Amino acid sequence: MLSHPIIKFLRRFYGGNAAAILGSIIVATVIVMSMSASVIAEYEPNKRVARGHQPPSAEYLLGSTRSGKDVFSQVLHGGKISLLVAFGAATITTIIAVAVGISAGYFGGRTDEILMSITNIILVFPQLPLLIILAAFLGQVGPIVIALIIGLSSWAWGARVIRSQTMAIRNKEFILAAEVMGESKWRIIFVEILPNLLSIVVGGAMGTCIYALMAEAGLEFLGLGDPTIITWGTMLFWAQSNSAFIVGAWWDMVVPGAAIAIFGGGLALLNMSIDQISNPKLKTGSYIKTWRRMKAEVDAQRARS
Amino acid sequence: MNQVNSFEVDNLVIDFALDNAIFNRKYMRAVNGVSFHIKAGEALAIVGESGSGKSTCARAMARMYEPNAGAICLDKKDINDKHEHLSQEELAKQVQMIFQDPFGALNPVHTIRHHLYRPISIHMPHLKGEAIEDYMLEVLERVGLSPAQQTASKYPHELSGGQRQRVAIARAVSTGAKFILADEPISMLDVSIRLGILNLMTDMKSDGIGFLYITHDIATARYFAERTGVMYVGHLVEWGDSDSVTQHPQHPYTQLLISAVPEVGRKRSAEPRDYSKNQIPLWTPDSKGCPFALRCPKVEAKCHSEMPGISQISDDHFVRCFAYKSE
Amino acid sequence: MNQPLLSITNLCVDYVTDTGNARAVNDVSLDIYPGETVGLSGESGCGKSTLAFAIANLHSAPALITSGNINFEGQDVLSFSKEQLRQFRWSKASMVFQSAMNALNPVITIGEQLIDVVLAHESCSLKQAIKRGEENLQLVGIHASRMQSYPHQLSGGMRQRVVIAIALILRPKLIIMDEPTTALDVVVERDIMDQLYHLKKEFGFAILFISHDLALMGEITDRVGIMYAGKIVELGQTDKVMTSPQHPYTKGLLRSFPTIFGPKKRLEGISGHPLNLLEVPQGCYFQARCDLCETICKNTMPQLRTLSADNHRFVACHKVEGE
Repeated sequence: MLSHPIIKFLRRFYGGNAAAILGSIIVATVIVMSMSASVIAEYEPNKRVARGHQPPSAEYLLGSTRSGKDVFSQVLHGGKISLLVAFGAATITTIIAVAVGISAGYFGGRTDEILMSITNIILVFPQLPLLIILAAFLGQVGPIVIALIIGLSSWAWGARVIRSQTMAIRNKEFILAAEVMGESKWRIIFVEILPNLLSIVVGGAMGTCIYALMAEAGLEFLGLGDPTIITWGTMLFWAQSNSAFIVGAWWDMVVPGAAIAIFGGGLALLNMSIDQISNPKLKTGSYIKTWRRMKAEVDAQRARS
Repeated sequence: MNQVNSFEVDNLVIDFALDNAIFNRKYMRAVNGVSFHIKAGEALAIVGESGSGKSTCARAMARMYEPNAGAICLDKKDINDKHEHLSQEELAKQVQMIFQDPFGALNPVHTIRHHLYRPISIHMPHLKGEAIEDYMLEVLERVGLSPAQQTASKYPHELSGGQRQRVAIARAVSTGAKFILADEPISMLDVSIRLGILNLMTDMKSDGIGFLYITHDIATARYFAERTGVMYVGHLVEWGDSDSVTQHPQHPYTQLLISAVPEVGRKRSAEPRDYSKNQIPLWTPDSKGCPFALRCPKVEAKCHSEMPGISQISDDHFVRCFAYKSE
Repeated sequence: MNQPLLSITNLCVDYVTDTGNARAVNDVSLDIYPGETVGLSGESGCGKSTLAFAIANLHSAPALITSGNINFEGQDVLSFSKEQLRQFRWSKASMVFQSAMNALNPVITIGEQLIDVVLAHESCSLKQAIKRGEENLQLVGIHASRMQSYPHQLSGGMRQRVVIAIALILRPKLIIMDEPTTALDVVVERDIMDQLYHLKKEFGFAILFISHDLALMGEITDRVGIMYAGKIVELGQTDKVMTSPQHPYTKGLLRSFPTIFGPKKRLEGISGHPLNLLEVPQGCYFQARCDLCETICKNTMPQLRTLSADNHRFVACHKVEGE
């Protein structure tokens, strides 16, 4: 049991890896707090409960917005929606990237050429301007549509990466053996190839999550989202329109910004730790510290004699 | 059990495209009119250097490549017959392949049990539940991996190179295959482990399994295979009984190969040869003559324009060379 | 007896991992005299390549030379400064690696790579360096016109010959060759070995020849050492070791090569599998695979001792009569 790859992986991942531990704590905390928003938050996010622009106090933990809504409740409820959009977009992107990348890499030939042409076309479009145009075209769009348009436009890079990894694995003998064995192509893709791609797929998904979070916030900040729905992005939008910073109500703008930064940072830490263990050439395992210590001892001894 | 008794290749031709041109695409001919057969319970070795086309032949026999001409027949029935289509699954029941790299032969994320479970459940549909596990343990014991129970639960990285190759052999055998195509199965293993694998394959011959043994090492070809063929640039230039071919080689290329092998106890000669004679031609569908003509010490004028026919030297020893004159 | 060119004493090289230290080279001592060819043979994990890299001080994390000395012409290689090391490498000792494609820079012509070496170590004009490059290419049987070729335009055998030319160009006293012909076909290997023998006779450099192919050893080396799990288990004159091996491992290895000539009989090789260096037993490392293993073998590590009949032969085995 203890030698099962997943357990081994977890021990190696967390053992002495401050980034992994910190990242996991941050991400877990934010997710838990946002998902239990209705339990923790005292007030309705869209209800006027206080006077406008009240500084943080015991009653309103993070102050109130221009229209007297509780910032703390907003950041929690808003977080729920922002996170759902980010995860939703990341899921859509990952599914498409995996489907396109593996098919192109495994089947090769014509399929590869066609899929890569489509991928390259999407890659050529600059991402954010494309999103802005789509959102503007569709009018003020709600979170679901935002999740969809981000998801449907960001899969190209991941598809390329997955394709090259697939091509590297595809000609390995264990895949050839499975083909000679008479395994169906789909089984080979899902059972033999995909598990070997897990680390880049997960890494890619996390990266997309961060990107989707930022993209969503960006779109809403620009006024392209639905301002009646509270998310971190719309909070920024309202804070900006009400000139919160200029009038001194820094909490109105800083709180949603910090939320995005903290969660994004947590995800980035996690992503970095995955890289560290899946790429041994980075030389960041705990054995490096041992090595340095031993080298110092040996050098000292040599200098003495 | 299978009653298939022979697996043969008849005038096999395989070309590979050198570029992606739509018009005037260039091809290289990897296998040029090769014919040989493997009998159940026996081994045929194909010896040659890299680029000789020996691996390509083996892969074509496992149907990884489609032949451009010629036939590959199981008991006289062409496996690529357009009318009576043989599915990959049916072919897999008769023919399996083992590869050179023991470290690439197994999927690192799956246990040994998974690797064996799949072929058994696909090819032995009459076995269910417990019976599959029992058969798997039996096959593992058969290839010398005891205790089988423990080995089955391990992951590939926990096994040594030799053990992994045994698992690959177990996987091939568990489909019930009668013929195993072994592409350089021991060249990446440690020297002291190689014989263990060769002896295992020898034992399997007495169970009726036929082997195609691809190697660059003539000594192990002689040790393991009853019959040996020598390939050069896609052509089979000499073949027959292993002892005959290795002890009395008639083709200049075979003679060159044998003289090049280091033997314990043989002393060095100090004269380096002329390297300009080392050119290995790129064979295309339009190439003519004998591929060894550029390097051959016995070359004649007609060697450049005509491929020699087959000359029979003895009961089971054939060569394709103009320099061979029968008595 | 003249002084040894290279003297390795009690060398230990460890690989540091998360699960412990693997001692890849374990208390190895070896002398190489000027002009002699010494072979080191063994299977994967025996430490021969690690030893080769240690001599040129090429190791980086996670490998570490933890104890022992390497003396070249009396000087301690391991305490060389960067400048001394730079001068040592290539003009005194050079190395030929297993895979030429790994040793050659794919985006520079072979001519430039030869010239670079000359210019880096000697102050001569570009013209002179080019001339030396061409001479050395011809020495290894490559036409001077190939100076402008890129590595990928040459065949495998030619690339390896280029690597040998680069190793030779400053006329070092010692060339370390790590499996130089393993990746090559047997006919090409034969040509390169012939060439090497010829060059050795002409220039008189010492060679440390590392290979798992004992037959090849038998042809070119004067003395050979057999390594197992980081230790030298047998060392002596090549033809004597080949014809009357003493250590059970050497005997087993020699039994693992089927011959082309000679009678055809079933060979057994050596049972078991290579030792995991992270889980070494007490006593002799070969015990799990040895037919002669006894209690003393399981308790005490055998030391390399000379044989009473031949004091140039060393064997590390309790079951072999020594002094």
